[in-house]
Amino acid sequence: MSAVTVAAEGPSGVRRVAVDTWTMTWRQLLHWRNRPGLKVFGWLFPVLMMGMFSALLGGALSAGTGGDYLAFVMPGVLTMTVFFGLEGTMGGVAADASKGVTDRLRSLPVGGFAVVGGRAAADLLDSLVSLAVVVAAGLAFGWRPDTSAGSLAIALGLLLLLRLAMLFLGIHLGLKAKTPETVQAVQIAVWPVLFLSSVFVDTSTMPGWLAVVADANPLSATSTALRDLLGAPTQAASWLAGHAMPAAVLGPVLLLALLVPLSIRTWRDAAR
Amino acid sequence: MTPAILAEGLRKSYPSGPALDGLDLHVPRGEVHGLLGPNGAGKTTAVKIMTTLLAPDSGVVRVAGHDPVREGGKVRARIGLVGQYAALDEDLTGEQNLVLFGSLSRLSRRAARRRAAELLERFGLADAAGRRAATYSGGMRRRLDLAAALLVAPEVLFVDEPTTGLDPAGRREVWDTVRALADGGTTVLLTTQYLEEADALADHVWLLARGTIAADGTPAALKARIGADRLDLRPRDPADLGRLAALAGPHASGPVETGDGRVSVPVADRALAVPAVAAAVHADGIVLADLAVSAPTLDEVFLRLVGPDAEARVAKEEAR
Repeated sequence: MSAVTVAAEGPSGVRRVAVDTWTMTWRQLLHWRNRPGLKVFGWLFPVLMMGMFSALLGGALSAGTGGDYLAFVMPGVLTMTVFFGLEGTMGGVAADASKGVTDRLRSLPVGGFAVVGGRAAADLLDSLVSLAVVVAAGLAFGWRPDTSAGSLAIALGLLLLLRLAMLFLGIHLGLKAKTPETVQAVQIAVWPVLFLSSVFVDTSTMPGWLAVVADANPLSATSTALRDLLGAPTQAASWLAGHAMPAAVLGPVLLLALLVPLSIRTWRDAAR
Repeated sequence: MTPAILAEGLRKSYPSGPALDGLDLHVPRGEVHGLLGPNGAGKTTAVKIMTTLLAPDSGVVRVAGHDPVREGGKVRARIGLVGQYAALDEDLTGEQNLVLFGSLSRLSRRAARRRAAELLERFGLADAAGRRAATYSGGMRRRLDLAAALLVAPEVLFVDEPTTGLDPAGRREVWDTVRALADGGTTVLLTTQYLEEADALADHVWLLARGTIAADGTPAALKARIGADRLDLRPRDPADLGRLAALAGPHASGPVETGDGRVSVPVADRALAVPAVAAAVHADGIVLADLAVSAPTLDEVFLRLVGPDAEARVAKEEAR
């Protein structure tokens, strides 16, 4: 036998899980450090979208939104920012699964909770940075939300709740995906989901049947709830848009209730 | 002492069909065993069950004295797994990969760093330690992957097709590493579809076909089961074939085969038979175009032991 003995079972229980969760978080943060360009581009992309919509299309779109398109679109851009987190989570999970990293992790004495927990912590942190960049850019563009500290806290809570739902959707899809092509398909599919919502335009300007679909989109609920909290103009026409706040809580919670057990089962059955 | 690995009547089916159909094998501690079989024989399924990645449908498994199904944590603390693909985080450096997997193997961060440095040095990766694994060559990735499996000196190391896709130099590097580990006392179960790999590394070979063991033994014993060395003689003038066969006949240990412009002579002891045949041929004045001695390869063993068996089974299944 070599000089190194087999590691003992070591600290157990909660402490072990905490240490492993931090190790998995640290791993993700190392990715940021090793490939900073990729990360910074990811953070700037929502700002690019915001600039495009407010400066380029804002003039044409402002008619239906009470004149101040920037105030209207900022909550939508914040929602989009957490929604885009889906791609990051899914891409990372799919890469781990296809490269055998998932199998290696499963052959180590580390629990699934720490693996998911580490990814969750790093991905939530990633979205927080991304949101901060968007807010800073919005303020620089002249965005002046009419809000309070309490409303801000609720707004942030809604965004992180949606991000959490996207996290588990990403884990589930990433474990199922297995190939880079599937990841690409999802990267394309996010666009119609994004546009078929109230993120960029008021649904009251859409044909009736389309507005129903767009209002049912969970992204619409979060965007509209954020508009109420940040003092942005809305023309809440439908019943769903009028109940955006409960919908913005219920939608992600339902998604989580469905996806958490599903992704745990996918993780257990990940054997191919 | 209980064996390092024990499997009895192991079965596992996928929706597409059975992968393991009653696998039995045992690996004593400190030995290197090869699990040899073609694609789809069930090698990877067997390794996944033994390393806790997959639950069997039925049967008994023990690894390092524990049950991978019910005592997964205990098994995971005692094994190392080198999977079919280098299981690395490509966006981390070589060193960061080892510190990550070391920390998750319950080394303290400091111990993981120290161990990572040792292994990088030992595997000739010290210069590349600070580079992202994505920039590594195939051989370097494999070495890093092996190093990752050795962070906590496993009692049992599983190596699943370690040289698939490697060039000859990379293959030799991996072989040397596995040999060094075995010399250090680690029990190794190696799966491979390369017969020469099992021949080069394993003390004992288990031939796996369609989810069950078709034959097992030392590489030498398996070869002996299909018989002797062969002496192949090719005369310059094909008209000499008959005379050549008659000359070689007294030195053969079995029937001499003639055809394809050559005479093939089974010989019991090549050191005696080859000079004797050569002398007789020389005395007779036959001019040879070529002379070659060959030992049976594991390929031949495999075809002999597994091929007909597998064909028979297919025929039986189709008859049903």
